[in-house]
Amino acid sequence: MKHLKAVNSKADRVDRATQGDVVALQRPPQQPESGPHIPIGCSLVFSPGWEADRAGGTAGLCQPVERDLFDCHIGCYWPAQVPDQLNHAPDWTSKCAAAQKDWRKIDLVFP
Amino acid sequence: MISWAAREHHRFEAAGRPFVYLVPSAAIFALDDTADAIMRRLTERPYTREELEAELSERHGHEELDDTIHELARVRAIGELIVPGREDKPQPKIFPLTPFPLTTMVLNVTNQCNLSCTYCYEYSEDKIVDTENGKKPKFMSEETARQSVEFMLKESGDNKVAHITFFGGETLLNFPVLKKTIAYARQRGAEVGKEVDFSLTTNGTLLKPEIIEFLAENQVGVTISIDGPREVQDKFRVFHNGTGSYDVVAPKIQELLKRHRSRPIGARVTLTSGPLDIKRIYRHLTEEIGFWEVGFAPVTTSPNRGHAISEQGYDDMLGQFRDLAYEFLEYSVENRHHGFSNVKETLEEIHKGMSKAFPCGAGLGLMGVATDGDVALCHRFAGSDAHKLGTVADGIDRNAQHAFLDKHHIANKTDCSACWARPLCSGGCYHEAHTRYGETTRPNLHYCDWIRGWTDVCLQIYGELSERNPAFLAQFDDKMAAERVS
Repeated sequence: MKHLKAVNSKADRVDRATQGDVVALQRPPQQPESGPHIPIGCSLVFSPGWEADRAGGTAGLCQPVERDLFDCHIGCYWPAQVPDQLNHAPDWTSKCAAAQKDWRKIDLVFP
Repeated sequence: MISWAAREHHRFEAAGRPFVYLVPSAAIFALDDTADAIMRRLTERPYTREELEAELSERHGHEELDDTIHELARVRAIGELIVPGREDKPQPKIFPLTPFPLTTMVLNVTNQCNLSCTYCYEYSEDKIVDTENGKKPKFMSEETARQSVEFMLKESGDNKVAHITFFGGETLLNFPVLKKTIAYARQRGAEVGKEVDFSLTTNGTLLKPEIIEFLAENQVGVTISIDGPREVQDKFRVFHNGTGSYDVVAPKIQELLKRHRSRPIGARVTLTSGPLDIKRIYRHLTEEIGFWEVGFAPVTTSPNRGHAISEQGYDDMLGQFRDLAYEFLEYSVENRHHGFSNVKETLEEIHKGMSKAFPCGAGLGLMGVATDGDVALCHRFAGSDAHKLGTVADGIDRNAQHAFLDKHHIANKTDCSACWARPLCSGGCYHEAHTRYGETTRPNLHYCDWIRGWTDVCLQIYGELSERNPAFLAQFDDKMAAERVS
């Protein structure tokens, strides 16, 4: 801790007990207004893999990334690089019927 | 929008910097400027993150603010404002695991006394047990004392050390039984693999060379009840014929101090109404008589007695305690011994971060045994049927013990629920409450200001020491002290 200093033995124990907390909880409790905008829409959809936990963190969640890819790519704004399925690569996911099983069949797309 | 609010805490300053004492954890943190600025605002009223930003970001910066809010929230110095209907759950009523081992047994080896101290809780108008005409024997028999030793060894569970304190009446009136009990407990302790530690409290009038020799040889801890220099001592601590006891005890105590060097010997002073000069009492008992340490306790009494301390008296006492505590601080910074034991005891509790569900160990780690072998909450209740927890022959009545603990838990003391000093005070002495209000369950509301004032002084001393001589505080680590008896 930078701003507080544990002084008595109990404070040491409080410090130690709260240190090993879930990684996500160690983010600042609220995003500063001036910081980057993180969309909150995805977290409103019940879809394992993208929910935020109580403090807005995701690090402790356990869905595979490929599930994230699909949900976000189809149902929501996807901030990472995915092919333009509307114009350029409409068949990009055609071989992938079930993401959990077929994710390896999603191929690279070259412009 | 989330608003932040300060949780229960007490802010204090020491060595030029701010600290917070958190309730109920009893953790102490030193704050930097940013943390202090946030705490002070959140103590006034709840703030949203934006409001804090508007007032503080220019000076402290966005990131600093976020980090600090996060750290304060982590240690529960602040929290999200509680929405009505979603309040924190009340503190769970946690009980110590039973059977809780007995640490200290106080043996009232007699209920008779050769002094007639006007304020005595055992004999004066406030007494609980009829010691003159009651059914209890005046002296504990050797047989009961032996049973008590067995009781102690059994009830101390896995503890390696058992503390036995001899008490009265005037303890030394039953010196023959005391002497035999020590020998017996030594032998039995060795047989079962436990160390037995002995101490006693006495008024000093009956000390004589052979007794002193015995106490020194057997390393018996001695506490002397004495109120100070002659004019103070003789005001209340008198013989049955009314003559003062100072001239009798002073030379005997000096003899004791000269011969008995195996344990530090302390004085225990009862403070009463009237002009108090605590520093003078302290100087007299340490420098002139030679006590290693001196502990002060306000008299336990109904409010209408002549010797009861008034509200003004408590304020005055606090001022003098503060002066002596700061003297203790200066000595401790230089690693010199200072014998003001009240401050040392409180510092130890602060250091460990004790947060008590019960004000003391009575009925838990400490019990008192009456002359007939009845076991009570503590020595002050020894012999009282209403406060009985068993007998040395039949053991502890676990149902009675549990009922007692359930009734006296801090969670029941609603008056204390908003007080920041409750981790240390927990409502105060049961016997004091019984004498004041007729109920052991009542918190001692008559001395709340005094407790808060004194706790604040001790926190300041602790904060100062943590900055100026942290090595001094290390002496309290892992130290398990026996309960003090007075």
